Amino acid sequence: MPAQSAVRRYRNQNISLRSTGGHKTRPYKIMDLATEQKQARSIGEIVSVIEALIFVADEPLSVKTIADVIEEDRETVGAAIEQLKQEYDERESGLQLREIAGGWQISTRTEFHEEIRKFLKTRPNAKLSLASLETLAVIAYKQPATVPEILEIRGVQSASAIKTLLDRRLIVAKGRKETVGRPMQYGTSKDFLIQFGLKDLSELPSIEDFEDLVS
Amino acid sequence: MEEQLEQLNFDFHKEQAKIVEGADEQLQIKLGEFAGPLDLLLFLIKQEQANIFDIPIARITDEYLNYIRLMKTLDIAVAADFLVMAATLIEIKSRMLLPRDPSEEELEIEDPRQELVDRLLEYEKFKSAAQMLYERTTVEQAVFTRGKQESDENNAEVDASVFDLLTVFQKIMLRRAEEIQLEIEREEISLSDMIASLKKRIFDVKELSLLKFFEEMHSKHELVIAFIAVLEIVRTESVKLVQNKTFGDIILRKI
Repeated sequence: MPAQSAVRRYRNQNISLRSTGGHKTRPYKIMDLATEQKQARSIGEIVSVIEALIFVADEPLSVKTIADVIEEDRETVGAAIEQLKQEYDERESGLQLREIAGGWQISTRTEFHEEIRKFLKTRPNAKLSLASLETLAVIAYKQPATVPEILEIRGVQSASAIKTLLDRRLIVAKGRKETVGRPMQYGTSKDFLIQFGLKDLSELPSIEDFEDLVS
Repeated sequence: MEEQLEQLNFDFHKEQAKIVEGADEQLQIKLGEFAGPLDLLLFLIKQEQANIFDIPIARITDEYLNYIRLMKTLDIAVAADFLVMAATLIEIKSRMLLPRDPSEEELEIEDPRQELVDRLLEYEKFKSAAQMLYERTTVEQAVFTRGKQESDENNAEVDASVFDLLTVFQKIMLRRAEEIQLEIEREEISLSDMIASLKKRIFDVKELSLLKFFEEMHSKHELVIAFIAVLEIVRTESVKLVQNKTFGDIILRKI
């Protein structure tokens, strides 16, 4: 509202200035700006603003969030993201645009991990144990999965593995199962998708695919 | 750097446990981890190069029990789940040794190993899935994101305003005040000490206002002690109480 009245004031000035034959260009430009806000952005501008948003976001940014912020429809945003992704790939950027956990994220390319670690002076996170990985695999494929169900498949108690996975926020409790003993059910978290670089759970290869490997 | 590289090259298969025949013909074990009894069983079957659909149950059971004994001699706590599997194996083995009941229908006899085979196959699928997850994390650890931007909300270290600090400071001061009060109580003087100090004072200054003397006391308890000390000193020493006018100040005076 204040902006609009300011524009109106400028317009009035413009008229008066023009009538006196004063500065022509500057007031005209301000008028253009006022009308431009309602005009559609070019696809290039949309691509740029989306890049800026994904850059500042802490977490993968969903198409819906982007669409809401820049007030464009999701199809436009989706197309712009595709274009941005292509730009990154084409110029062999050190960065890549990836779809993770239902959103988009800018990250470094794997090739440069040595240099990055050298610079950051960090080590990779402690690896999950075999037991934790197995437990996580069962939960990922059978979710929501209970402790007895995990025991059935793994043939061994998984209490400490479950604790590790909960501590690392890879799994979350999903309420109790209405069966004998009302065991707690577990499922994978958003952090799981992020840490394993997955778009969503459907990106996991089907468990039946592993059958071929077995036999 | 060297170590980091090695960690990144960590191989899912290499990390697994192996039983190797030592030079002195004693079983030696390369300690690693078997994720569970099914994992151990799969390993033994592979080592024996046996067909999973036709497990040589007697031989595998022996191997399995050997391994459990080895764990015991090495003082590794054998998880109950490993013992359950040992019992299952022995049960299957004995069922296979029993002659079949000739009266039973020949057709519907299930292989006693079937259930175990199903479990092994199911388990192996998830073991492969675990490996897939392992490979994914290895790749993901080589990818970096910009990370969280520090802000007041997510920085736990300075997630406090000046007022929070002030509140905490006030609480500390309050606690300190309470502690000081406690200390005074603990330092309370005994009757004999009070008498001794009062006596010394009277002998030094010759004359002492009772009002002044009582005002120096910090608590009711001290006042009582002081009052008894005055009475005591008047009774035992050459000290008397003098009052110059009605309701006036009482003075302790050495004679």
